[in-house]
Amino acid sequence: MTYLAKPKLHHPSLQPNQLGFTRRDYEGAISTLCAGCGHDSISAALIQACYQLDLPPHRIAKLSGIGCSSKTPTYFLGASHGFNSVHGRMPSVLTGANLANRDLIYLGVSGDGDSASIGLGQFAHLMRRGVNMTYIVENNGVYGLTKGQFSATSDRGSKSKKGAINADEAIDMAALALQLGATFVARSFSGDKTQLVPLIEAALSHQGTAFIDCISPCVAFNNHVGSTKSFDYVREHNEAVNFLDVITPRAEITTEYDEGAVQEVTQHDGSVLRLRKLAGDYDVNDRIAAMRFLAEHHAQGEIVTGLLFVDPEPEDLHVHIKTVPTPLKELNETALCPGSAALAKLNASLR
Amino acid sequence: MSPISATNDFVIKFANVNGSGSASANQLFGKSIIRMGVPVAPRNIFPSNIQGLPTWYEIRVSEAGYLGARAGVDFMVAMNPQTWTQDVASILPGGYLFYDSSKPMPKSKFREDINVIGVPLTEMCNREYTDARQRQLFKNIIYVGALSALLDIEVEVLETLIGEQFKGKDKLIQPNIHALHMGRDYALNNLKCPIGLRVRRANAVGDRISIEGNAAAGLGAVYGGATVCAWYPITPSTSLAEAFTKYCTKFRVDPETGENKFAIVQAEDELASIGMVIGAAWNGSRAFTATSGPGISLMQEFLGLAYFAEVPAVIFDVQRTGPSTGMPTRSQQCDVLSCAYASHGDTKHVLLFPEDPHECFTMGAQSFDLADRLQTPIFVLLDLDIGMNERLCAPLEWDDSRLYDRGKIMTYEALEAGKDFGRYLDVDGDGIPYRTYPGTHPKRGSFFTRGSSKDRYAKYTEEATAYKDNMDRLLRKFETAKGLVPRPIETKAKVATRIGALYYGSTSPAMREAAELLAADGMPIDIMRVRGFPFHQDVVDFINAHDEVFIVEQNRDAQLRTLVVNECSIDPARLVPVLHYDGTPITATFISEGIAMRLNPPVQQRLKEAVA
Ligand SMILES: Cc1ncc(C[n+]2csc(CCOP(=O)(O)OP(=O)(O)O)c2C)c(N)n1
Ligand code: SF4
Ligand SMILES: [Mg+2]
Repeated sequence: MTYLAKPKLHHPSLQPNQLGFTRRDYEGAISTLCAGCGHDSISAALIQACYQLDLPPHRIAKLSGIGCSSKTPTYFLGASHGFNSVHGRMPSVLTGANLANRDLIYLGVSGDGDSASIGLGQFAHLMRRGVNMTYIVENNGVYGLTKGQFSATSDRGSKSKKGAINADEAIDMAALALQLGATFVARSFSGDKTQLVPLIEAALSHQGTAFIDCISPCVAFNNHVGSTKSFDYVREHNEAVNFLDVITPRAEITTEYDEGAVQEVTQHDGSVLRLRKLAGDYDVNDRIAAMRFLAEHHAQGEIVTGLLFVDPEPEDLHVHIKTVPTPLKELNETALCPGSAALAKLNASLR
Repeated sequence: MSPISATNDFVIKFANVNGSGSASANQLFGKSIIRMGVPVAPRNIFPSNIQGLPTWYEIRVSEAGYLGARAGVDFMVAMNPQTWTQDVASILPGGYLFYDSSKPMPKSKFREDINVIGVPLTEMCNREYTDARQRQLFKNIIYVGALSALLDIEVEVLETLIGEQFKGKDKLIQPNIHALHMGRDYALNNLKCPIGLRVRRANAVGDRISIEGNAAAGLGAVYGGATVCAWYPITPSTSLAEAFTKYCTKFRVDPETGENKFAIVQAEDELASIGMVIGAAWNGSRAFTATSGPGISLMQEFLGLAYFAEVPAVIFDVQRTGPSTGMPTRSQQCDVLSCAYASHGDTKHVLLFPEDPHECFTMGAQSFDLADRLQTPIFVLLDLDIGMNERLCAPLEWDDSRLYDRGKIMTYEALEAGKDFGRYLDVDGDGIPYRTYPGTHPKRGSFFTRGSSKDRYAKYTEEATAYKDNMDRLLRKFETAKGLVPRPIETKAKVATRIGALYYGSTSPAMREAAELLAADGMPIDIMRVRGFPFHQDVVDFINAHDEVFIVEQNRDAQLRTLVVNECSIDPARLVPVLHYDGTPITATFISEGIAMRLNPPVQQRLKEAVA
């Protein structure tokens, strides 16, 4: 497919990328979420990332569960097929979709209720299987759509809008993803677009299970004093371990950095992840160290963000089950049906 | 009591201990009779256990071709001391008891009215073999040898079968044949052979094959073009997914690269299985799951989504008695309603009812065409009786010119040409809209899949008229399904009658036999086998054409009857249920007696009614 570069226009959203698509081609319907909802910022970051990566919108499949967060796929990538499935079950639907066509780019959008409560099992098993996808949990510590009940990522001691104190231990989705074998794990904040956009770009270029736990305050039910998922609280406790630049395979690497201050990871697709280290000697290739780091800093009340772990040579589910390179959905009778001669032989063996 | 005398028409039952290696010896025995041209219907009766508990293997030998279960045992091979009492009790008067006479048994353990045949199996094994496992395994072959002499089975046939069974492991052939003859010679030298029950070479098998329904259904999925299978182990459906795996490994691995033209995932539960199936089918693959009742319960929410969002899916439900902690290894037709109306909201689903492995194969393959054509879940309802037992059936057939019907798909070319695309637009008036596979066209044809809040162009709306419009179209689509599912088959009595019976699935052989029994007793009935839901108009016509219609099922609540009453607006009084639901397969006698009782109530009852 050839795309002719269109003349540059001044309006930034109308400037075409390498495929000739403008930012607007990556947008979706107008959001119906509350004004100021963190989820809308994540949608904007997704649009930005896909546009900058020059992804053909129709080759992306976006799937979600149920919740305010899971509604967002309507609000970005209008030219992509989308699937709003059932509560907590996006992982299985996406796994099936991925089995059918390994050539598309898969984006799963979920909430903390969707993935840490009702869907914790499916979340865990998708991570274990290594489905090639980007999995974003838009984490606000509450059930937004059902009006503000605590979710399983709500911190112990966190206060609800109505004043109740959460007594249950919180599930740290990033820590779980690390333990369960995800090959790309990051945490970010919807209020920090400069951090979030490159993380999404890196996740989308990753050829394995890429998980982003994105804290995304709910302005309607969880943005008050006493909440540990409010804009103010997250800004205050945010400890970024690194800052990421994603250099796509086509781009030239120009700027130089001091050695020691930078870690570079070349992903399987040729993209280079350049990480400016912000937290001493944090090594993004060390899963165990990442788990320890998260646990230690969690104990200190910090919210660790950034790229936490990446395996540059991931193996995905299709490698494990040895499927043919052609998407299974493309195979026809000739490839799939053994035919009457084979059946006659089989009949003979059953007499 | 004179000994039962019958040729090519008796029931022999083996009582064994699970895990003792008896299964393959018993199968060998059954197969030898088939090779002599006499039909047999074997049935496994086993508890939910791996080792140690009792199992039974029952073989009905029937030259007339009656493959349904039959009550009563003519010949009992009692190899399990634990179940001795009940096994001896189940023998018909004049029947035969075969046992291991190595240890003396008190007379009280036997019955006066049966014929006792003792063979010192343990003693013979201990004398011949030193290894414990060998003693165990060869004991089974020894009794098969003894039976061959007692029942007049051609020993050459058994030798040939042993040769076939151990092809490639040739070292095992001679020792097995030796054991066979040990048993046979003992019987010939020490017992009166043959006894009153005999197998005589016949020509009643034809070109039929023996295969389990689950294996045939798994093969049907291979032929039907399924590429994605997601499942969670549950008896009695596990062997269906395993068969699919086996046949894919045989037929679908690229010989050059070793790569697979299929994807099989053992999911974490049934929710994930059906989720994967729906995701794969949404994305253009043919996908299925295999499960049983408890799995269907867990899948309910997703099945509703697939119905409303119009995503194809194939679900093989190998039915067993409920509930999850119930009797998982007993057969029933008890998921009819939970499948037909699976999920919340107004939903109804297409069901197929195969009668035997042959139909498990054909309907298994056809279900994928139906799912794609109708864009909805299709349930293939097997049960343990046909799923996990080898059943003699017509050979499997495939027409090489057959193409898969992928249903209404909007292609890149059609989109490029500017054809109007509305995902839920009823273009052809049959209620079936067009769909696009994700990734088809850079600018056109994408849509957002969601439950029900959508208009004809898949745009989000919560408008009442749009909801109703969509629900009414789904009904039109269900109407279309009536003409696509397999039509019912009517078998008329030889003489005109006003009595009819409806039946389906594994009840088939027992029903056909029952109709013959009834006809012989002067009560001819027309019978109709229902093969799919929604019901074809033929079903209504059949009911209307008869004064009295029985409906024969293997469940307590007359589930198909409920469905007929509900969906065809039939007066319930017109449908008399005949229900078998103790977990054992239904028999011809049960059906014929049930029907005869109603048609011809015993004299006493008639007198009572007259007085009242
Ligand atoms: C089976 C089922 N149970 C309950 C619900 C109701 N429900 C809808 S959204 C939701 C919680 C969503 O929370 P989260 O995933 O955190 O999304 P948020 O709205 O916070 O973005 C619940 C419980 C449902 N849709 N389905
Ligand atoms: S309720 Fe909360 S999560 Fe939902 S849209 Fe409003 S702010 Fe966002
Ligand atoms: Mg939430």
